[in-house]
Amino acid sequence: MARLILDGVEKSFHGAPVVKGLNLTIEPGEFVALLGPSGCGKSTILRMLAGFENVSGGQIIHGDDCLSSSTRHVPTEERNFGMVFQSYALWPHMTVKENVGYPLKVQKTPVAERNKRIKDALEIVQLEEYADRLPAQLSGGQRQRVALARSLVTEPDVVLFDEPLANLDRHLRATMEETFRAFHKRTGATMVYVTHDQSEAMSLADKIAVLNKGQLVQWGTPQELYARPRNTWLANFIGRGSVLSVAAVAPSQYVSGTNLTELICQHSPDKAASSVLVRPQDIHFVSADDSALIVSVHSCIFRGERYDIELTLKDGQRLLAYSDVPMTLESLHQVRLGQAWSLESES
Amino acid sequence: MTPLLLKRRFMDGTSMDSQLRWLSIGLFMLIATLSVLPSLRLLVEALSHTAFSTSSPMAEVLRSERTWTALRNSFYTSGLGTLIAVILGCGFGFVVTLTNIRGRAIWVFCFMLPMMIPPQVTALSWLQLFGPASPILNTLGIAPALGSPQPMYSAEGIALLLGIQSAPLVFLALRTQLISLPQDLLEAAQLSRASQFRIWVDIILPLCRSAIIAGAALAFVSSLGNFGIPAMLGIPAGYIVLPTLIYQQMAGFGNDMLSQVAGLSMIIALLVLAGMLLQQWLQQRSCYALLGHTAQSLSFRLKQWRLPLEILLALVLCFILVAPLFALIVSSLVPALGMPLNADTITFAAFYEMIGRQGVTSRAFENSAFLAFFSALVLMLVSLPLGYLLMRLPMRTRAVIASLIEVPYAIPGIVLAIAFILLFAKPLPFIEVSLYGTLGIIFLAYLSCFLSVCLKPVLSAMSQLDPALEEAAQLAGARPIQRLMDIILPLTAPAFFAGGLLVFLISINELTVSALLWSAGNETLGVLIFNLDESGDSVLASAIAVLVVLLVAGLMSLLSLFAPRLPKGVIPWHG
Repeated sequence: MARLILDGVEKSFHGAPVVKGLNLTIEPGEFVALLGPSGCGKSTILRMLAGFENVSGGQIIHGDDCLSSSTRHVPTEERNFGMVFQSYALWPHMTVKENVGYPLKVQKTPVAERNKRIKDALEIVQLEEYADRLPAQLSGGQRQRVALARSLVTEPDVVLFDEPLANLDRHLRATMEETFRAFHKRTGATMVYVTHDQSEAMSLADKIAVLNKGQLVQWGTPQELYARPRNTWLANFIGRGSVLSVAAVAPSQYVSGTNLTELICQHSPDKAASSVLVRPQDIHFVSADDSALIVSVHSCIFRGERYDIELTLKDGQRLLAYSDVPMTLESLHQVRLGQAWSLESES
Repeated sequence: MTPLLLKRRFMDGTSMDSQLRWLSIGLFMLIATLSVLPSLRLLVEALSHTAFSTSSPMAEVLRSERTWTALRNSFYTSGLGTLIAVILGCGFGFVVTLTNIRGRAIWVFCFMLPMMIPPQVTALSWLQLFGPASPILNTLGIAPALGSPQPMYSAEGIALLLGIQSAPLVFLALRTQLISLPQDLLEAAQLSRASQFRIWVDIILPLCRSAIIAGAALAFVSSLGNFGIPAMLGIPAGYIVLPTLIYQQMAGFGNDMLSQVAGLSMIIALLVLAGMLLQQWLQQRSCYALLGHTAQSLSFRLKQWRLPLEILLALVLCFILVAPLFALIVSSLVPALGMPLNADTITFAAFYEMIGRQGVTSRAFENSAFLAFFSALVLMLVSLPLGYLLMRLPMRTRAVIASLIEVPYAIPGIVLAIAFILLFAKPLPFIEVSLYGTLGIIFLAYLSCFLSVCLKPVLSAMSQLDPALEEAAQLAGARPIQRLMDIILPLTAPAFFAGGLLVFLISINELTVSALLWSAGNETLGVLIFNLDESGDSVLASAIAVLVVLLVAGLMSLLSLFAPRLPKGVIPWHG
């Protein structure tokens, strides 16, 4: 077990930068998600970790070894990494057993030991009875579990996941997430998980690196990202909520409800403005209150357990709130704001 | 295109393994030798004497009346042949692809058969169909009087056969385009209340016009380079086209003979390459981004017209395929030409003689089988690593190398043969071994010519492979050669064998290249049929041709068995 360090990693294709100056330190045994919209460079980072791509600048260090730098490149074959692909990448001409056992065969592990480890790996993903099937005879979820078993059979230092749930339907994803969590707990391997789905990243990862346009936007635990996003882009990207333009206020601090109401009232388009994030659960409907804001209902959408209410402030800004009861469109209400988080403007 | 550049390209993407480096250097040398060297040698020969003097060989070629006559004849026969090919190919293409006709696969197979039958066999079978000595006409008692002319010995006869032989090319180009037209387009037009006629004129024809022109261009260049048909039908009538002119000139002597022939070859090669470029350009242009579901392709209901149309197709196939082949079979069963076939005259003597008699016949069989088998084997072994390396190159470099490999196949066989004569007329340097006059020179020419035939299915299968499959093996710790053997080979094996079988199928019947490169003791099947017919032994020639057709049909059926496991388009008569 060793620490994985990305030190100023750069990558460009034909002169176009895809990853810019990325610094990350991943502790041994950590489950890390790389999260970002498509085209943000997260898959490229994963491919550089795997060794499919070399780095254009900076270096990737694993323990005491430099895996990649502009002068050095340890080939994929020699890295002892595991990977789970979006397309599963199971070899269709091999049975489940042969697929899982192939890494051991390449390493010339003795047959007896090989069989034992294949059995153990299949047991972890609960596919022992499918050992002699071909991949084509399995369902999508089962295939991904075979791929998982294959990636762990050599007890790799690091397991990489490239959007492994993207091809599965929604109810299967929940089960697979549970499988991944159990797998991480049991093996204790370092895991790097690429996804564009924030709820997947939030529920699985110990730490999340959010990326946008090849740059790291924020690096922290899911709770930190949710409660204290750095800038407006991230606030819009993670969780639900409303980003409001208010009168100038220092970034990266909590703003109390009363202060916030003042800031909203002081805001005018011709003065310097800041952005704050208001989560819907911090908006409370009240009957007559001095510090309350007057809002009108713009839309009301039934979501099952509650209603999503989109409110319009006096100056026309929109605010998302939750309600247990439906509300009439255009009706006027009073709300009290709990707290808000002030944001850096997007650079 | 230098190894250095290749190396840099590799470094650009991923790291380059030492295994891969050696593999790519070896294959670079191979492509250079097989694909680029022959064309370069020809170019040098044709240009080296082209000083701007009136006595240079090239000037002599251009001044000679025979050159211009042959050129005119070539254009006439190929032009008329293309017209016939377009009519036949489009007719079959539209009916077989767009309607609910029954037994589609069988129609396609039968219509593609003429393309795979060697031209000299096609010519021979049509010769048996007409003329005063035709055994089948004699059997039916309707043979023309002795001394009346053989109608096939004419420009129009040549054009007809060129048309039939290249009609499948037009058919294929059209069919590929038609298959990719989604049913939605038709339904949208129907919802706009267009009549069937308007749908044809406004939707279908514009969408496949470029495909038809591209197919026609291909038919034209293929006819221009065809040697077997004008050799069997034109030479006896003194009707000479460019490939036969080269063949005849090679028989002559003189100081400048080779240079003059090289000059002539350059003319054909340039014409053909220009045609190929035109065809490729058109094909690219015809690739409309077709939106919609392609799951269900277009289909017109024929209703009461279905049976009449099927009968019409059957009649056309009877005329272009069944009748000549039947004539060929009848000819192989009579004791001598001019005799009718009946219970008294039927004899298998020709077959016994062919199989039983030691000598030139069995030798030709052995030679051709040997050449075809080893060409297929060597090319299969080369295609695997070559395809693997090509797939790792950037798109543009890959396209350039693929076209270089395509050149020896695209230029007419007669031109390639001249290039090989020029290359190997002198003993090889250093080892002082002469390949000229051995089977070795034919073997090398086949390797050069058919590399692209074998490589194409392999490349197309590899490009459809999910790259993650190999990456997964890389993560498992497998080195390049191990990945090639464990992952890539098993997954592309059907394409790999299809490539090998196609090479075997084409090279076992090959005539054009071997017609110039053969020597006594080194005859091939194609040369044998040609020589037997030339010396008047048509019955024996027919017997061999019957076996050849059986062989072709058998191999084609064998390939069809692979079809479900192959990428679309690998087997021409499928899909």
